[in-house]
Amino acid sequence: MTVAATPRTLFQKVWDAHVVADLGNNAVLLYIDRHLVNEVTSPQAFEGLRLAGRKVRRPEGTIAVADHNVPTTNRAGGVVAIAEPDSRLQVETLERNVAEFGIPYVPLLSRRQGIVHIIGPELGLTLPGTTIVCGDSHTSTHGAFGALAFGIGTSEVEHVLATQTLVQQPARSMLIRVDGTLSVGVTAKDLVLHIIGRIGAGGATGYVIEYAGEAVTALDMAGRMTLCNMSIEAGARAGMVAPDAKALEWLKGRPLAPTAQAWDAARAAWSELRSDKGAVFDRTVVIDAHDVMPMVTWGTSPEAVLAIDGHVPDPAAIDDARKRSQTEAMLQYMALEPGKPIAGTPIDIVFIGSCTNGRIEDLRAAAAVVGDRHVASSVRALVVPGSGEVKAQAEAEGLDQVFMSAGFEWRDAGCSMCLGMNPDRLAPGQRCASTSNRNFEGRQGPGGRSHLMSPAMAAAAALAGRIVDVRKFGA
Amino acid sequence: MKPFDNLTAIAAPLPLENVDTDKILAGRFLKTISREGLGKVLFHVMREDPDFVLNRAPWDRAGILIALDNFGCGSSREHAPWALLDFGFRCIIAPSFADIFYNNCFKNGILPIVLARDIIEQLIGEAQHPGGMAMTVDLACQTISLPDGEVIRFDVDPHRKADLIAGVDEIARSLAYDDQIDVVEASRSTSTQWITPISASRLHDGSPL
Repeated sequence: MTVAATPRTLFQKVWDAHVVADLGNNAVLLYIDRHLVNEVTSPQAFEGLRLAGRKVRRPEGTIAVADHNVPTTNRAGGVVAIAEPDSRLQVETLERNVAEFGIPYVPLLSRRQGIVHIIGPELGLTLPGTTIVCGDSHTSTHGAFGALAFGIGTSEVEHVLATQTLVQQPARSMLIRVDGTLSVGVTAKDLVLHIIGRIGAGGATGYVIEYAGEAVTALDMAGRMTLCNMSIEAGARAGMVAPDAKALEWLKGRPLAPTAQAWDAARAAWSELRSDKGAVFDRTVVIDAHDVMPMVTWGTSPEAVLAIDGHVPDPAAIDDARKRSQTEAMLQYMALEPGKPIAGTPIDIVFIGSCTNGRIEDLRAAAAVVGDRHVASSVRALVVPGSGEVKAQAEAEGLDQVFMSAGFEWRDAGCSMCLGMNPDRLAPGQRCASTSNRNFEGRQGPGGRSHLMSPAMAAAAALAGRIVDVRKFGA
Repeated sequence: MKPFDNLTAIAAPLPLENVDTDKILAGRFLKTISREGLGKVLFHVMREDPDFVLNRAPWDRAGILIALDNFGCGSSREHAPWALLDFGFRCIIAPSFADIFYNNCFKNGILPIVLARDIIEQLIGEAQHPGGMAMTVDLACQTISLPDGEVIRFDVDPHRKADLIAGVDEIARSLAYDDQIDVVEASRSTSTQWITPISASRLHDGSPL
């Protein structure tokens, strides 16, 4: 007699395969396959190890790269030439720590250097069914390959370095199914902004999201990474997509991807990585892809988002007093008038890049909009490839020439203007069309005003000098 | 982690939703290699306003913060709880917290308490009184006592509660599972032989050294 196994979700399968021990009271010790380390959230963790006389348990499961602090211009001088002393100290500290603890490191001047969530997949370090953590909230990106990947704090970075495990409480599961096909001019970025607008910035708190449905399956891997990347902006612990032939094709031949028999074994194991028929999700959200428009944020939370043909909200129409005053505060910070169309808002800066939209596909989409046109005279525009590999590929395709001829600055890889930790920042009052992930007050520089959108929309904004509907702007 | 048993302190009201960790501790202050000294730049932009609650007595010596939904959303930076702790906060009360921030609090001996929105609104109203309000948080009993004698019960995950009261060294405890970690690690390296060890040579970009 055979007993049918209880149907499990993709998340549950990956979780179950990594449980080391039950700690009681609903907590488990979870094994971590891959640990990505950056310069910002690791110094205090290494210091903790040193003070306690502890070692790194599994250096060969760990990789380090500097991305947040690094300048994106004039890099030939290497780390010692980083102009901002505190940034230089943080990168030097990382280099000292990886040397002391024997951790594989991607140096600043390597072509493989880049934003940690761009280079992980590029190196084939991100694999289906693995657990991946990093002291950075956008670690959810790697879920696009069916990995369970999430951001952790520095105390947890220290814990993973020392034990290759984490103490974890189980998450709830959410299925977001996107039926139908996305319209022309609508991208993964628009889809994820639409989702966040619908469920809210805390709508997925405590959940791991699995994205499925026709529109998700149709996305290329770059689009799936964009989608999973911004899961955290809805509060999710992680976002995942079941790996399919497209995911495997993308990974095959990458430097750390398995080869020969190991690849065949992996492929067999990965074919099991999907939610079983009948698996129960704690919550299901169904989206009709036809409802998704090109999206733009208007406020200082990613949930404050509109379709491009929408109007900025009017606080007078909001009954709840707290929500009304918070909307007023956002409009004041953003210097927007209630009830006005978001399209037509003049912008000063355009930033195309980040772990959300710094991949080659994003740069191709932006370049296709630019064509032989020129950036508006009132606009300063930057294109920052997500990695040295992306930069090299773009140059091989001539995209750098498209951007530079149009008046864009063509930069080296890093987090750049996404988070105001390096010289690329907004000045107070500057308004930015940005392909990054957060429009928080001051995120891109103190007093800066961020409008999140897709690479194609940002490119169109650069040419027009104002927020426009890329579908009407023409490619 | 720093143990927590009970706390009597002034409660500061911050009636905002979606307070993100950039707002708590701005990106430009992340360039430190220490955990100390971040209290002075906590809520840096908001504190430029002399009327901001934490600039005024008695809230300038508050030990409890009361805020609205999704507190601590956004970046995983543990610098946010470090800054709150350095300012003097040991307890944060909100209707909901972002997951990573919530975890980070426990690692630093800060107790995040989830209460219903209507109770929070009541507490914010009382905390806003000109003289302020001191409350007592008792983790063992899972109670908050107000000056008028009202007692509010709260829920907390039993695992995290026990760890916080004991001030447990989580790494030391996990290291005690070394044998079991070995077993899982060994089985993963055979059953999932496709998880290639990361080495410098495999990361090399092919350009001359």
